[in-house]
Amino acid sequence: MQMLNIALPKGRLGEKVYSMFEAAGFECPSIRETNRKLIFENPEKGVRYFWVKPSDVAIYVERGAADVGVAGKDILLEYRPEVYELLDLKTGVCRMAVAAKEGFVDDGARTLRVATKFSNVAAAHYAAKGRDIDIIHLNGSIELAPILGLSDVIVDIVETGVTLRENRLAVVETVAPVSARLIANRANFKFKSERIEALAAGLRAFTEEEK
Amino acid sequence: MQIDNILSKEEAAALRLRALYAENGYRPYKMSKFEAYDLYANNKDFLASERIITFTDVSGRLMALKPDVTLSIIKNTELAPGQTEKLYYNETVYRVPKGAPGFREMQQVGLECIGETDTALAAGVIRLACRSLLAISPKCVLDLSHFGLVSSALEAAGLTGRAAKEAVTCLNEKNAHGLLALCEEAGVPAEARNRLATLIRCYGEPASVLPALRDTFGDNEAVTELAALVSALAPEERNMVRIDFSVPGNLKYYNGVVFKGYVQGVPQYVLSGGQYDGLMQRMRKNGRALGFAVYLDGLWQLPEQEG
Repeated sequence: MQMLNIALPKGRLGEKVYSMFEAAGFECPSIRETNRKLIFENPEKGVRYFWVKPSDVAIYVERGAADVGVAGKDILLEYRPEVYELLDLKTGVCRMAVAAKEGFVDDGARTLRVATKFSNVAAAHYAAKGRDIDIIHLNGSIELAPILGLSDVIVDIVETGVTLRENRLAVVETVAPVSARLIANRANFKFKSERIEALAAGLRAFTEEEK
Repeated sequence: MQIDNILSKEEAAALRLRALYAENGYRPYKMSKFEAYDLYANNKDFLASERIITFTDVSGRLMALKPDVTLSIIKNTELAPGQTEKLYYNETVYRVPKGAPGFREMQQVGLECIGETDTALAAGVIRLACRSLLAISPKCVLDLSHFGLVSSALEAAGLTGRAAKEAVTCLNEKNAHGLLALCEEAGVPAEARNRLATLIRCYGEPASVLPALRDTFGDNEAVTELAALVSALAPEERNMVRIDFSVPGNLKYYNGVVFKGYVQGVPQYVLSGGQYDGLMQRMRKNGRALGFAVYLDGLWQLPEQEG
């Protein structure tokens, strides 16, 4: 049996997603053992799993080190990897949004200062509106930027909105809905299509059952 | 020492491909390393990478190290009415690949069939694309799409501008959920939406895909052309062809068949081509054009016993 290489995002989302793979018939019991192994295999099922940083999953898949993987739509929108996006797993659901201090109105009088770690998404969003912006690229604690006057707005992931509310920030507009997606390397898909299709079908059945 | 033993996989493949094209009536085309920058500036969206190395030559003219071969061949080929030119090349281009920190020198071997082309000539080009992949590895696949069918499905759905671009991205990504969401938002009627979705869901061996396409699209010119092209292939070639509408490309330049080739072990396509009558019209040339390039840079990744 051809081995299917699967990159999963480290953390809570990855663990939830692994349970879905397991339910779809692609189990690998050793992945649940507590140790420092980086790669987990189940030769009987022809699967090899590895945990990687969530933002790196798309790189592993695009470069073919993994045949398939699970990545957030936010990462796919930001890095635009050349991969197949086969399925919306309907988990890790949140949205990419523009937020600002409560009551903020963009009157268009000057260049809009946008703090974000999703620079490409922010640039494309405002380019489509013809709005001139200055991107301030941050790697974390994005919400601080408008509070301290570093930026006018932020473009970031909003899950429950609690952090925004507690800091007197509010969503101005939604840029895109976000959830976990099953992605596949385009070239490897050609040579392992039956196995990848079987995985996608199993996961699809699971997500539809969950609805 | 056998000469084959000292050639790299890329060098050995280049020799085999040049011999294949010469045996099939293509003549070699050697081009200059430089071209006037205007040629590329006027056709930037045809290029794989927009970045170009430029310099000013002794006469003060802005020149470029070529980032592409097809544009130069079309520009420099003058055809009499009814004439067909069949050319092959083995050239170095200078591009910034996605994610690379700077320019890279890349070798590509390819061919162009320009002028009075018909289905038989197009089938000949696709056969040579198949033979090129087989010359690299027996484990290979050629994905074959038709932009005529993609364009007509987008038109029937009433998708234009940004929505059409997003729909094409969904097709390229086999993203059925994204396409359906987009159609819903744009109010695309159910029948047109189903046709677009068919282009994502229907892929694989021609023997199973072509009847499904006929069921959905009826007596469609593009489906008929795809069927004619597939039937002109030899059995070994037909076995490696898959109909697949996820093949990416610029709809402004490519209009008929488009294709990408893959070999097992290389995680990106190694061959890319199609029919680009749109580029011919844009460059005010008569006739049609088909061609493809084989990218040799990725072949080092082939498993040791191959290549």
